[in-house]
Amino acid sequence: MQILHTDIAIIGGGGAGLRAAIAAAQTDPNCKISLLSKVYPMRSHTVAAEGGAAAVTLQQDSLQAHFDDTVAGSDWLADQDVVDYFVSHAYQELVQLEHWGCPWSRRDDGSVQVRRFGGMKTERTWFAADKTGFHILHTLFQTSLQFANINRLDEFFVVDLLVVEQQIAGVLAMQLSSGELYQIQAKSVILATGGAGRVFHYNTNGGIVTGDGMALAYRHGVALRDMEFVQYHPTGLPGSGILITEASRGEGGILLNKDGYRYLQDYGLGPETPLGKPESKFMELGPRDKLSQAFWHEQQKGRTGNYGEHAVVYLDLRHLGSRYLNERLPFICELAKSYVNVDPAKAPIPIRPAVHYTMGGILTDGQGQTSIAGLYAIGECASVGLHGANRLGSNSLTELLVFGKVAGVAAVAHAKQRQALPSSALNAQCQQHHHQLQARFGTKQADNVASLRKAMTLAMEQGCGIYRTTEGMQQCLTTLLQLKQRYQQLAVSDHSKIFNYELLQHYELGFGLDVAEAMCASALARQESRGAHQRLDQGMQSRNDTDYLQHSIAQLMPETAGAASGSAKISYQPVRITKSPPAARLYGGAATKQEPV
Amino acid sequence: MEKTVEKTVEKTLVIQRYNPEHDQTPSQQRYQVPFDNSTSVLDALLYIQQSLDPSLAFRWSCRMAICGSCSVMVNGIPKLGCKTFLRDYSGDLLLEPLAHFATEKDLVSDMTLFLQHLQAVKPYLIRQEQSAAITPATKPQPHKQTPKQLAKYRKFSSCINCGLCYAACPQFGLNPEFLGPAALTLAQRYNLDSRDQGKAERMPQLNGKNGVWGCTFVGFCSDVCPKHLDPAAAVNQGKVASATDFVIGLFKP
Repeated sequence: MQILHTDIAIIGGGGAGLRAAIAAAQTDPNCKISLLSKVYPMRSHTVAAEGGAAAVTLQQDSLQAHFDDTVAGSDWLADQDVVDYFVSHAYQELVQLEHWGCPWSRRDDGSVQVRRFGGMKTERTWFAADKTGFHILHTLFQTSLQFANINRLDEFFVVDLLVVEQQIAGVLAMQLSSGELYQIQAKSVILATGGAGRVFHYNTNGGIVTGDGMALAYRHGVALRDMEFVQYHPTGLPGSGILITEASRGEGGILLNKDGYRYLQDYGLGPETPLGKPESKFMELGPRDKLSQAFWHEQQKGRTGNYGEHAVVYLDLRHLGSRYLNERLPFICELAKSYVNVDPAKAPIPIRPAVHYTMGGILTDGQGQTSIAGLYAIGECASVGLHGANRLGSNSLTELLVFGKVAGVAAVAHAKQRQALPSSALNAQCQQHHHQLQARFGTKQADNVASLRKAMTLAMEQGCGIYRTTEGMQQCLTTLLQLKQRYQQLAVSDHSKIFNYELLQHYELGFGLDVAEAMCASALARQESRGAHQRLDQGMQSRNDTDYLQHSIAQLMPETAGAASGSAKISYQPVRITKSPPAARLYGGAATKQEPV
Repeated sequence: MEKTVEKTVEKTLVIQRYNPEHDQTPSQQRYQVPFDNSTSVLDALLYIQQSLDPSLAFRWSCRMAICGSCSVMVNGIPKLGCKTFLRDYSGDLLLEPLAHFATEKDLVSDMTLFLQHLQAVKPYLIRQEQSAAITPATKPQPHKQTPKQLAKYRKFSSCINCGLCYAACPQFGLNPEFLGPAALTLAQRYNLDSRDQGKAERMPQLNGKNGVWGCTFVGFCSDVCPKHLDPAAAVNQGKVASATDFVIGLFKP
């Protein structure tokens, strides 16, 4: 086993990890930073974000308005001090990216262009055509190359955290190209591993989005917060789940059912806005949870169409014309053509909701600090308190930057004052893991990683989908616990060391099962409907602030691991409300009526 | 808008297998894969890994042609697996790792050189004066850049780093030190950016023997680019810049 020493280890080379690495490198040029990623950084899933990044930009906009939209969007489950910090630091981070070369789309006078986005009161979403995440990721990656103190460890997969007396001491990682284990001793560790959308069957996420970091922290006693809140994006391609950006609707795209009717007006989002004149918070520019729920109701009413075996509705962009589409939504045109053989200038795109984003994650304070000293979490793997029960589109790209920077700076400060820890405890922990790893190898069996994974993702789709029932979730939880039992017996049949993807996926499946169980147990415990968590059970179909205006906290109970009751213990924590008391969450005409004149 | 699904048909994929732990040389293995109108080469590889042979090694992630992971040779042509469809091939498909790179295992290529070349051209915005640290108090503002100025380099900023152009480039095949299409395109992307002032720092690399003049304008790189960003044009614009740089150099005191 190789041993490396570093000051800061960052796990994950996506937007959050890269932003943290740059912040740390700039804060202290002598700080040794190791950036570990299971793929090359530019493959990270930030690359697939399309629509944009939010920050108050226009004269008529205000920080208060961005705050209000985010808090209402969260169904009052966001921590308001965190939202305050976020909205007031958003603009400078987007400017910082501009100074690093991000090719933001522009107005004729050379200023930055902003577009409408769902749930946002006015135009405040910065974009780089419809490949915003791609450009943010590549700008950050390329910028990071000029810092000599960022040492990249590409294709290193972290299999465990090293923790001594509730202090982080580093990570244990596998170099995929050799199969070698590396004990990487670090004074601060930042988890930036992304979400867990791949525990569901139909999702917009890349294959790497398997919840690794959440499970790593969870297994060391760190709580996962608000895990029941999983965002369905209303417009994924049928089957593959490939993302068709919300910016399509921001630019004026409309949603039609099989009869060509703009059905959103039936679900509290109307009245219908004129074609080509999208209006913020109306119709297609409602928030994602409401739009995905409307799809479900249309399906119940038999008003959805079919694409192969999939129920679909249609995203109509034809009225925008091919010239405008090629300028503003070129990637969407390319995706529609390649994957459903549709030219959006000529025909509507069949779409349906697909799992997109995990609102919950590793519990942190406003600086990204977890309950283990020196361990930080940022981006989609974290729950810093920004998104609550439903994230607004274009808040998460900005989140990566704002909290990536905060955590990078904090990790430097922590590394400077941290005392050395005894390495004997680390060696013992690494040796134990090495033995466990050896025990995983075996011969081919009836069960394999792919079959267990499929059973998990289908169970989550059925039990923890857009609408949930007690019975469905209980069934899902039972299935997950059975799968965890089978997983304990599951052997890796490929014994090679170099690029052993069966072994990698075996690890990922184990992580995914822990995260899925935390999601399902959290969902079952929340006996109300809020944001992305909607129940059909009697008495639980609306928001219940008396009992559930609280964050859920899932903790792994090691002593009950494998027991029939499950290993996730759920408790609650108050939401920090500073200035916006809970109110009805209204969109469309209903919201306009409410606003003071 | 109904889709026709015919899942009964099968196709043969012939895949180059190589594991340096026990193989002296690569060998070929045949797999039968069911397919329909929408099955990509990546879908077929995933089917094999999940249902037939978990030991098959290949990279992938986004499956929507933006992460650049799943590059392979399909019948001798560099392709993104996720954007290449079985329906478009009448016979068997031969899948091999990218040409001109060392093979690590099966369809996994060693991309180290590619990353070194990217880094060598200083692919980041260089400003002569250091801009002040950005805080809310300093009220930072973005630079102005008109849509016309953006259009000059926008296409060249869309490279997904898939490496297909290196597998297509005969010069890179002969001389691995040649910076190659993607890195030279990236240099051109920053040189053309109205906000950048670092061209002088990049020119030595571009003028050197492994820079733009290594290109013999075969143009196959542009043919295989899955994002149609025409690296051959970028490299040849770079030649013009390099020649101009040389002429200016003659007259400078």
